[in-house]
Amino acid sequence: MVNNNENNSSSSFTPDEVMRYSRHMIMDQVGPSGQRSIKQARVLVVGAGGLGSPVATYLALGGVGKIGIVDFDVVDLSNLQRQILHSTNDVGKPKIESAKESLLAYNPNIEVVTFEEPLVADNAFKIINDFDIIVNGADNFATRYLVCDAAYLKKKTVIDGSVLLFDGQATVYKPGSGCYRCLYPAPPPPGLVPSCAEAGVLGAMTGLVGSIQATETFKEILGIGDSLIGRLVLIDSLSMDFRIMKIKQDPNCPLCGDNPTINELIDYDQFCGTAPLKEVHS
Amino acid sequence: MTINVRMAAVIQKITNNQKEFVSEGSNIKDLIQNIEKEFPGFKNHILTDSNEVHQFLNIYVNDEDIRFLSNLETAIKDGDVISFLPALAGGSF
Ligand SMILES: [Zn+2]
Repeated sequence: MVNNNENNSSSSFTPDEVMRYSRHMIMDQVGPSGQRSIKQARVLVVGAGGLGSPVATYLALGGVGKIGIVDFDVVDLSNLQRQILHSTNDVGKPKIESAKESLLAYNPNIEVVTFEEPLVADNAFKIINDFDIIVNGADNFATRYLVCDAAYLKKKTVIDGSVLLFDGQATVYKPGSGCYRCLYPAPPPPGLVPSCAEAGVLGAMTGLVGSIQATETFKEILGIGDSLIGRLVLIDSLSMDFRIMKIKQDPNCPLCGDNPTINELIDYDQFCGTAPLKEVHS
Repeated sequence: MTINVRMAAVIQKITNNQKEFVSEGSNIKDLIQNIEKEFPGFKNHILTDSNEVHQFLNIYVNDEDIRFLSNLETAIKDGDVISFLPALAGGSF
């Protein structure tokens, strides 16, 4: 399938890149033109934590040209059980700093853009605007609904994942094919569904779900395979049982339904009944 | 009539830490009432005061969300797997 177009695109890779990405490029489904799409892709990873770590790492290794990371936490010793972007020497450092260092050490050919702030209604559009795909690794419902709404209103694809205890789940939302609000119209009352900090999580599970999110991101960039759009993968690692549930676009969805009532970003702390992010994490 | 019930890890507390168990019922409403007999308090975790499924929780018959079937009236049959799945937020920053 060699044509002029592909020759042109492959010529823009340095010899280092050709060697580095050779296991990608040798596959018919990727090839030089696919790797070129990967290089041109702009992916925002929300959270440089349990899920954000493996996702951003695989995106960087695979040559995603521009990776954005938004996180405002500093590395804590308790993060190191799962967050592979950070290491022991990074404790106390802003996560975006150690994340950027790790990603560029893995692959200096990419651009890493960092946002050291919580993703909130005030900055969400500004931050996501420069990206085509948003990977959601948020640890709280307020940020999850914010990512859902902002991405839908700006017509971005969301690669969603979450983990808790020994369970994990992942799916993909594309404007017009359903959203997080279609799946869960409202968050649980605070305290009902515990967070990872409260309930715990098997560290390796973040790698499993994060790898699924990274895989879906590459598929989306390359336009290959069957995406997880409309399907929710559920993983129970204790029985190593993988199940897939159908998810549908809800015509009554307040965001993406037939008569939407959410046409702009709202107050997500109020919606979720939670304290503003800074306080939650302090 | 044997219905297989599966609980997501985060809500297994309400069924005595049982992840999977067998119950019965001809529709979802029926099933919830039967589970309530075995695990008192179950119903309040699943349904609101006005007997609707909580918005942060989905119930699946095999791989179908009951909201897109007949909701609590959705008929179930021998061998079906009914899953109770609340929203998860954990990404762990
Ligand atoms: Zn929706």
